[in-house]
Amino acid sequence: MVRIIADTEACASSGMCALTAPEYFDQDDEDGRVVLLADEAEDRDDEVADAVRLCPAGALRLA
Amino acid sequence: MSAPDSTPETSAPDTAEAVPYGIPLERDHPFDPPAAVMALHRGSEMRRMRYYPEGRLGWLVTSHRLARKVLADTRFSSTLGSPAQVPIPMPGLEGYLDFEGDFPLTPGMFIEMDPPDHTRLRRKLTGVFTVKRMKQLEPRIAAHVQDRLDALAAGPRPADLVADFAVPVPAMMICELLGVPYDQRERFEADSRAIFTNDETGGGKEAAILNLFAFLGELIAAKRAEPTDDVLSDLAADPELDDNEVAGMAILLLVAGHETTAKMLALGTMALLENRDQWELLRARPELMAGGVEELLRYLTIIHTGLIRQVKEDMEFEGHQIKAREYVTVSVQTANRDEAHFIEPDKLDVTGDAKGHLTFGHGVHQCLGQQLARMEMRIAFAGLIERFPGLRLAVPAAEVPLVTGQSFYGVAELPVTW
Repeated sequence: MVRIIADTEACASSGMCALTAPEYFDQDDEDGRVVLLADEAEDRDDEVADAVRLCPAGALRLA
Repeated sequence: MSAPDSTPETSAPDTAEAVPYGIPLERDHPFDPPAAVMALHRGSEMRRMRYYPEGRLGWLVTSHRLARKVLADTRFSSTLGSPAQVPIPMPGLEGYLDFEGDFPLTPGMFIEMDPPDHTRLRRKLTGVFTVKRMKQLEPRIAAHVQDRLDALAAGPRPADLVADFAVPVPAMMICELLGVPYDQRERFEADSRAIFTNDETGGGKEAAILNLFAFLGELIAAKRAEPTDDVLSDLAADPELDDNEVAGMAILLLVAGHETTAKMLALGTMALLENRDQWELLRARPELMAGGVEELLRYLTIIHTGLIRQVKEDMEFEGHQIKAREYVTVSVQTANRDEAHFIEPDKLDVTGDAKGHLTFGHGVHQCLGQQLARMEMRIAFAGLIERFPGLRLAVPAAEVPLVTGQSFYGVAELPVTW
């Protein structure tokens, strides 16, 4: 398993993560910033990897 | 102020080949970037380029890798200084040649700001455009699409898909979301268009902006007195925003919501009609639509003049010395056709993987309305295909008038029949 880490200060609320991996990422109702629905993912989860790669603000990483 | 040629040249590799003057605009094919731009992209990832209006040296970035890097790096500022320099001809700009210093910021226009100013204003709106909120909006978008499809079906053939469908669908939706009365559109549509019209003079653009500020100012006062359930009322009630900021933010949403999706809907339809197998695929397998929209965004890249940034302090980037006040244009259309990132990028394939396209930009400025645009396009293309499965061009494709000299690429008219 890998840990999902979100930096809400860096988040630009684009919604790319919620669009790409909706089981793991949601957005805050007020300002659209990332809300983690899970803090872990399978090592080879493509959707989560895509969400991290596509984040325009570099606000997501896996550890 | 130094003449362009008196600027000391940087390292030799930058000057070894001819320096292009601006981004070529002439196309051989309606859906492909100009061959001359693709040739620049194949030559190198990043090069010198001269800027309009008077030929100062700046930079052009063409690869997907470097486009992402520049757009994610806030040293490449969105706050554009002067004298204004642009990658395509814009006749109005000569008037600003003697203007030194930075242009005053237009209040609320956060697309031209850097963090933290940009962050403060953008976060006032990001809650409105979340994936979740757009799903809630789906029935409203579907209602506007059905309304226009009904009108098309009842109207004469051939029809102009631009005026009768592509323009009104997103315009009705952004007006509804903002709380701007669509039936007063004669007060803002021409001015919204003038802002993106590059043959408009600088004075014409300023007048358009002032008209829009006046129109929105009236609306904001009305919303404050009598709030309704819309974005403008929420912004007007926010104690942290002044009226000019609210007006500027609303103008940004209004003009962005009008022009961009409209261009994509018309050009996207033409691309599907000219690649009939792709139209039929989407018709037979509607579940492909979400990916198909991403592919159309990538393949057509209507932001054909790229995204422009200015460097504020001397810096080194990828082995190049970039000087303070130099402009950098990120060519999204070549990045989206970069073979290093996409498989068979010159082919339209609605089953392909277009993830990572840069049509909505990248970095903290990435399109605020992208989830709305996606939802609008999915519903509009699906509705069009379902209602008019036999839709076809009413003129030869070569006779469809292209719009090449404006900020957004597209077609001026799209005569269709069925």
